[in-house]
Amino acid sequence: MDWGALHTILGGVNKHSTSIGKIWLTVLFIFRIMILVVAAERVWGDEQDDFVCNTLQPGCRNVCYDHFFPISHIRLWALQLIFVSTPALLVAMHVAYRRHEKKRQFRKGDQKCEFKDIEEIRKQRFRIEGSLWWTYTSSIFFRLIFEAVFMYAFYFMYDGFRMPRLMKCNAWPCPNTVDCFVSRPTEKTVFTIFMIAVSSICILLNVAELCYLLTKFFLRRSKKAGNSKQQPDHENKEETKQNEMNELISDSCQNTVIGFSS
Amino acid sequence: MSWAFLRDLLSGVNKYSTGTGRIWVAVVFMFRLLVYVVAAENIWKHEHDEFECNIKQPGCENVCFDHFFPVSHIRLWALQLIMVSTPSLLVVFHVAYRENREKHHNQKLYKNTGKIDGGLLCTYLISLILKTGLEVAFLVLFYKLYNGFKIPRLVKCDIKPCPNTVDCYISKPTEKMIFLYFLVATSCLCIILNISELSYLIFKYSIKCYLKRHMKKQQ
Repeated sequence: MDWGALHTILGGVNKHSTSIGKIWLTVLFIFRIMILVVAAERVWGDEQDDFVCNTLQPGCRNVCYDHFFPISHIRLWALQLIFVSTPALLVAMHVAYRRHEKKRQFRKGDQKCEFKDIEEIRKQRFRIEGSLWWTYTSSIFFRLIFEAVFMYAFYFMYDGFRMPRLMKCNAWPCPNTVDCFVSRPTEKTVFTIFMIAVSSICILLNVAELCYLLTKFFLRRSKKAGNSKQQPDHENKEETKQNEMNELISDSCQNTVIGFSS
Repeated sequence: MSWAFLRDLLSGVNKYSTGTGRIWVAVVFMFRLLVYVVAAENIWKHEHDEFECNIKQPGCENVCFDHFFPVSHIRLWALQLIMVSTPSLLVVFHVAYRENREKHHNQKLYKNTGKIDGGLLCTYLISLILKTGLEVAFLVLFYKLYNGFKIPRLVKCDIKPCPNTVDCYISKPTEKMIFLYFLVATSCLCIILNISELSYLIFKYSIKCYLKRHMKKQQ
């Protein structure tokens, strides 16, 4: 069980996302999870061993480290990634529920059911409308909230996004004010800024997706109010073509990610 | 053999669960198993090396560490995850038994081998009760073993061969405490999910039973 398992779980959601949602997923896996696993974890790997204080007093180093790093950057990021990925599960559950209902209809021999066999139901891609629209939109909303909360928690806990070289500590049992030196502060600052930047990009993508969904919703409503039936069919064909192209792009991206994440 | 085995096991269980059961599986995957593997394991990785006592007496650190951490938090956490996921196997075995029976008799004995009714319902309810019981047992064990869910920065130790009372410092106590609270919160969430699933199933099937009896009486 590791990030690869999360990739498998979220990969299923990809099919039912908008194009922006697929870009968000790709950014999440390539620029956040992969960077975390292959680079950031090594940079923070020796953080306590190489945290050195200018004192021989036993226990002072432990206490100072605990005081300045209540929760390590790397753990905060891991939690942030888990929490931010979780709302997508709501969509996956909703889709699974819909599929289950269609299968039930099919088994009962309902004539309204337009599918020829169960395989078609399994492969069907649901459009984001009706109750699925609400689930999808609330999942984006929760994602935004989690991202913002974690970024604020980061800023609040570490007084900004810079990692200082030197910290002055006078927690007991340190005898006086003691100089403590953090290991690899510049490298850690670089990665922190990188992760914050990618978080901000993800927030922007989520906001854009939210606006796109709301615009689509209002347009659809106004079209239903007035226009003819033929126009939506034409738009459906264009949308399906666009989505197929996006699926091909994201599938090829995901194949490269699978290679790295294992 | 690793956590992937548990993950595959739980995926198999997912097929025969109710809606709440599937939410339980998702919570166990995302908030317990995944957090354990990617975050919590690394915090406790060097706990013994980083446990420092204010003394040069050989053996004193070892003895004090052993006294304050009879079983490490992270091992208890892992045991809890394994024990809590295992009762779901009962359901899988029962379904396999049903399918075997059908094959043996070469005829369709059940409308749907995976449907939760009759004997399978009892097995499912038992598995829910066991899961809840084990969760509570582990939470109580954590509480009793470590005097609450707090991890102090400093512990005082005076066991032989330490010459007097010695100050010992635990590494990363705040981070460990945060993750311990996280563990407790997710455990409680799982207990609530199990109890609501239990009540829902009992309620649903007692209503069904009552209606059947009512219909029979009318006939």
